[in-house]
Amino acid sequence: MVACFYFGRRRALVVSNGDIRKLNSLPVYYGYYTALWCGIPAFIIFAFWQFSESAIITNLVIAGLPEDVTSLSKQQLNLVINEIRNIVNGNIVAGTARPEIAAAADRYRELQTISNIALFVVMMAFGLTGAAYALSRVDQQHRARNKVENTILVFLIACSTIAIFTTLGIVLSVLFEAIRFFQSVPITDFLFGLQWSPQTAIRPGQVGASGAFGAVPLFVGTMLVSVIAMVVAVPIGLMSAIYLSEYASSRLRALSKPMLEILAGIPTVVYGFFAALTVAPFFRGWGESLGLDISSESALAAGVVMGIMIIPFVSSLSDDVIYAVPQSLRDGAYSLGATQSETIRKIVIPAALPGIVAGILLAVSRAIGETMIVVMAAGLAANLTINPLESVTTVTVQIVTLLVGDQEFDSPKTLAAFALGLMLFVVTLILNVIALYVVKKYREQYE
Amino acid sequence: MNKLASSRPKTIDLINASLPKRHLSEKLFRSIGLISIMMGLMFLFMLFYGIVSKGYTAFQQTFIQLEMNFDEQLLDPEGTRHRDALSTVDYSGLVKASLGKMFPDVTDRNEKRLLYSLVSTGATYQLRKMVMDKPALIGQAQQVWVPADDEVDMLIKGHVMRDVPETERRLRDVQISWLDQLEAKEKLVLKFNTAFFTNGDSREPELAGIWGALMGSIYTLIVTLILSFPMGVATAIYLEEFAPKNKWTDLIEVNINNLAAVPSIIFGLLGLAVFINFMSFPRSAPLVGGLVLAFMTLPTIIIASRGALKSVPPSIREAALGVGASAMQTVYFHVLPLAIPGILTGTIIGMARALGETAPLLMIGMVAFIVNIPSNIFDPATVLPVQIFLWADSPERAFVERTSAAIMVLLGFLFIMNALAIILRKKFERRW
Repeated sequence: MVACFYFGRRRALVVSNGDIRKLNSLPVYYGYYTALWCGIPAFIIFAFWQFSESAIITNLVIAGLPEDVTSLSKQQLNLVINEIRNIVNGNIVAGTARPEIAAAADRYRELQTISNIALFVVMMAFGLTGAAYALSRVDQQHRARNKVENTILVFLIACSTIAIFTTLGIVLSVLFEAIRFFQSVPITDFLFGLQWSPQTAIRPGQVGASGAFGAVPLFVGTMLVSVIAMVVAVPIGLMSAIYLSEYASSRLRALSKPMLEILAGIPTVVYGFFAALTVAPFFRGWGESLGLDISSESALAAGVVMGIMIIPFVSSLSDDVIYAVPQSLRDGAYSLGATQSETIRKIVIPAALPGIVAGILLAVSRAIGETMIVVMAAGLAANLTINPLESVTTVTVQIVTLLVGDQEFDSPKTLAAFALGLMLFVVTLILNVIALYVVKKYREQYE
Repeated sequence: MNKLASSRPKTIDLINASLPKRHLSEKLFRSIGLISIMMGLMFLFMLFYGIVSKGYTAFQQTFIQLEMNFDEQLLDPEGTRHRDALSTVDYSGLVKASLGKMFPDVTDRNEKRLLYSLVSTGATYQLRKMVMDKPALIGQAQQVWVPADDEVDMLIKGHVMRDVPETERRLRDVQISWLDQLEAKEKLVLKFNTAFFTNGDSREPELAGIWGALMGSIYTLIVTLILSFPMGVATAIYLEEFAPKNKWTDLIEVNINNLAAVPSIIFGLLGLAVFINFMSFPRSAPLVGGLVLAFMTLPTIIIASRGALKSVPPSIREAALGVGASAMQTVYFHVLPLAIPGILTGTIIGMARALGETAPLLMIGMVAFIVNIPSNIFDPATVLPVQIFLWADSPERAFVERTSAAIMVLLGFLFIMNALAIILRKKFERRW
């Protein structure tokens, strides 16, 4: 491609006889034009090849296998193919395999080499053909700049659609697995069942392998932890925001605002460690001295630490909206003789309330989706309780425990995680949409 | 009329009477605000204090000096110096022999076992490496510092107290008396823990290090950066400079804003379902981790880049268009160079977030126990925050300080990245 660029540029200079004013575009654009004509066809071939190579080779290898192997059922055949691939990749020593499998592996490897050489040849052929075509098109009137720029614009548009494809990808991947889950477990059982024990029986008649997928305990646990977090975060965050925007001297503001925002930059796994090793034992000891029995994986510890994490979130969002309240409203209140705190409580906060509520909604969606703190500090047992001193489990904890480790995509146990993920996605999406809508509507009021 | 007015209290009196109460509530309100800020800062302090006070000791490690006799009879009885032969010899025998020589009065089998357990199993590998690197050592004697077992390490650092009853601690009284003897002979000291920075993960706390996780983090971030930076900037340029205002671009914007607030674990589910299950990419690979994190940081980069592009004044564009540049040339030669500092600041902040992210990586299998240092983006690897998660789950007492120390390293990196972003902003910020 570099060579194409060079030749394209030189060709442009040649057709213009060295006088670039005669050209439609600058010489470099002819270079880019040629390079694109060389690179894009070659890249398309490469992508297509990579996509289909494995399937074609596999089919060829299967065709070469002896009769008794090819007549196996589809699943067994897949096992054989996996074995062959493992040998090819060097994960299994070839000497231990059966001779026909080893032979197939050799054949696989051979085909791979052929394929790589063929790929290189075809790519070169297409690239050079493209480049030759582009070179032949280069003349004084050729509008190379426009074509190159249009290509770039197409690339930009393609990139900007990625956001949509990501959302689509999330929705589809989670939805499909969730639908598969709801085929084996009725959706009403999932949404309204009171029992959560996602063990499926490995052998029939196993004890405690009923496989109950009632997610209510998880929802309640998630709500409990989030409520505790908000009880910590909202008063502290809101009052800090009020103090910082209304009372604090500029020096204190400049100092403490970034300090509070450090809290938002700390990775959640650090909070999880803090919750599990410092806060939980602290609450436990404190409870013992009061005669209370606080579980070492209590919802309280996880919730409080999550609240600490969310403080800067609440404070910076409310700070923004309080700051946006016009000074004239405050001046009006002062001129009627209100004290500063009265102005804040009766004038500023009501004016900023929609924005503050939106900020709190965003914080709630953050709390619901937060994973590491609860994984490390909250428990696994799905207790249906609203007692913050007991151990509860949350949606995110269950997603993690269900999906870390075993990876069979056909057991309801794994698929349940996707159903939970779907719930989580839908709930946070609704919260975010409401919050963004409120924020947008509110901002327009004073602009 | 006049009478009526005098019978009612005057407004000013009412106000004056209410003033003390109102001023009190003013003071109260104000102090509640101040207390809130103080509490926030106190939490921050507690967090840092808790981690530093638990973790700083992990940068040191207890070593025991052994008088090592590289016995030719034991190591290489045939005298071939063949590498294969040397690598399979039982090096723990050397350690045992050396310890036995230091404490000749220990003869009981159980006591011997206790004695040998004072030295880390890593000593064996250390000796093997020494001999493999330099076969000339065979037949010579040398003083070697080997790492002590993690229980010894905890005792020396004071994390395990001597005065708890013997049945409640892992080290027996005899072992402690041996350690005291060693310490008196200055054969037991605390030294800088290089293994923590150069080793991969290990089941033995004294041998576990963060280098593997760090390399995993670096590979993952490289993949993230390569994918999310060009795509994010391209999206921002399109939306800010070229896109018409219509339903389609509105849809894109709503999507970007929503993705910015989707819980990170959902991105993990996406990665698991699409990249691992559907496209069958290798599990635990930085490639997949980087892809997932790229999707996650994309909204951050797009939003920051749009802000930076927006802050370039329209006069620049008009001037460029006025002298005959095309729209594309205007953006690439005039707008983008002016917006680059802001874009880079946003990218660094996005990368810092990606560096600290754990939950989506748990989904795609980056939680495996991996001893080897990854050497490319396809090797199974783990990343720093996941390593912290794994160590925090380990029961050994010694992993607590390692976890805290790993957190300190992680926070150090985040601090550097954020400081870089702030410097960049301060240095190149332009007011128009």
